[in-house]
Amino acid sequence: MNNVHLRKVGKIYAGGVEALRDIAFDIPDGAFCVLVGPSGCGKSTLLRMVAGLETITSGEISIGDRAVNDLDPSERDIAMVFQNYALYPHMSVYDNMAYGLRNRKTPKPEIEARVQEAARILEIGHLLDRKPRQLSGGQRQRVAMGRAIVRKPRVFLFDEPLSNLDAKLRIQMRVEIKKLQRTLGITSIYVTHDQLEAMTLADMLVVMNKGNIEQVGPPLQLYERPETVFVAGFIGAPPMNLIELPEGGVAGLALENRPVAPVIVGIRPEHFELAPVGTPAPLGISMQITAIEMVGAETYLYGALDGRGREVIVRVAGKAEQQIGERVTAVAERHNLHFFDPATGRRLAVS
Amino acid sequence: MEKRVTFNGRLLPYMLLAPQLLITLVFFYWPAGQAVWQSFLIEDAFGLSTQFVWFENYQILLSKPDYYRTLAITLTFSALVAFLSLSLALLLAVQADKHIKFASGYKTMLIWPYAVAPAIAGVLWLFMFQPSLGLVSHAIRALGVDWNPVLNPDHAFTLVVMAATWKKIAYNFLFFLAGLQAIPKSVIEASAIDGASPMRRFWTITFPLLSPTTFFLLVVNVVYVFFETFGIIDATTGGGPAKATQTLVYKVYHDGKLGADLGGSAAQSVILMLIVIGLTAIQFRYVEKKVQY
Repeated sequence: MNNVHLRKVGKIYAGGVEALRDIAFDIPDGAFCVLVGPSGCGKSTLLRMVAGLETITSGEISIGDRAVNDLDPSERDIAMVFQNYALYPHMSVYDNMAYGLRNRKTPKPEIEARVQEAARILEIGHLLDRKPRQLSGGQRQRVAMGRAIVRKPRVFLFDEPLSNLDAKLRIQMRVEIKKLQRTLGITSIYVTHDQLEAMTLADMLVVMNKGNIEQVGPPLQLYERPETVFVAGFIGAPPMNLIELPEGGVAGLALENRPVAPVIVGIRPEHFELAPVGTPAPLGISMQITAIEMVGAETYLYGALDGRGREVIVRVAGKAEQQIGERVTAVAERHNLHFFDPATGRRLAVS
Repeated sequence: MEKRVTFNGRLLPYMLLAPQLLITLVFFYWPAGQAVWQSFLIEDAFGLSTQFVWFENYQILLSKPDYYRTLAITLTFSALVAFLSLSLALLLAVQADKHIKFASGYKTMLIWPYAVAPAIAGVLWLFMFQPSLGLVSHAIRALGVDWNPVLNPDHAFTLVVMAATWKKIAYNFLFFLAGLQAIPKSVIEASAIDGASPMRRFWTITFPLLSPTTFFLLVVNVVYVFFETFGIIDATTGGGPAKATQTLVYKVYHDGKLGADLGGSAAQSVILMLIVIGLTAIQFRYVEKKVQY
């Protein structure tokens, strides 16, 4: 069983800066866990602590059923793909991949077999004699992956492995990484700041912010039921509309059964529907269009509430007939609304 | 309109280059040419007449066992000094590259010996190890060793090796430290994750990636030992005792200045010149092309 447990993990740097606080979650055997958050949220630090490249200030990390806090990276039986690939520049592609196996005194025929197998899976068989500097970015990325998979480790760690690739290659490698992980069934932890990458890769998504965990769960659950304002705003593109309602309400927004206390109401752009003025609905808004983004299959209307208030994004299917400056009304169903406490940022149970 | 700066007339560029060319001609080509010319001449014992003899000076020189002994001493000396100063400097640089407290102070102190003139360094070591006055000699004698570099050839040789090594460590250290800092951290981390112990990380990753620096320093150190150690040897042992610390460059001085054999001395310096030309060629060929990886 190669599950990963994190119990009350904390990290305080030498200068007294607290990078991580009380991090606790379990990654089941074979799961693909993605750590996502804005830069500086501590996700890379957490990954490097699992790898053994950063010390653990408090708490415990275990891989399988073995606490690894005091183990050197070489003893943790993990493999890592770095953002800059970190290939050994003086070794051929073959030697790059064989290095880890040689360190573990694997018999030569087995090294040969495993490297060839990995090269076949990643389609880099013709590159084995080259040096890293003779490879393109995408090929280096594949070699870095190859170096990780030949070892058949307990856990794969990925530190923003796709951020140095161009957009097209990034999508292609994303699909391949997911397939590869499925096939090999090796527990993986993947760090990214790209929420789309996170949503598409993860079995289990961990959203982090300022050294804390905001929410852990399957990607769709986080999308449909964000537990905090931060997760609501971070997951999904374009982001969820989050409108703060003071006690008196705001102009241009009508909400049935409005809670008395101040509240943040959240509504995704795709849950709006354009409607004629005066249509009765649980939530209705009136806005003046300030910008129109046509993506092809859908269109995003950007507008200001009541012509001058907060910006709201509304998605409409297909092409839009509206013009900039036009006033439109949009409605949404009650079950698509999310309510958050403005003071704590946490989800409110409002029926 | 041409944006580049252009010179009207042909004279100006030559005039701008003239000072540098003059210095090179007067202080390098002229003496070098003199040495080559001198090496073909033999002067009689009273300095009254000189005779052009082609390669007779070289024949005499290369037929003397004395010259080969000096050559052997020079090679041993340079091998020892290069090996010791490179390995000690690498050890110090690896330590300094780790996160240590007072790192900048530590680095500054390590660089100091480089700023000391060779003759001064020689005198410092001479005083410390002087058989009757030296502090260190006192300590060594207290350990039961009959330390006497003035009379014992092996002791004298050890002393100049130590002084020359100490002097060169600072320079090597600086280059090694810069080389170490140019190696990406993630490559070392990747090798740690790949299961390499700290020792294996060093020998399989760090050391090969440092090889351009190491090779450059090796050539520079050998040239240093061949030529620049003159000051240290002259101040510390004067080539003695019994010529045990006489290197090629010291023999040039000894035979020419003290022995007044100008032709033989010039022949020796021409041979030395060829050696340094060879070393420089190797350095340019391999270091500039970075063939290491």
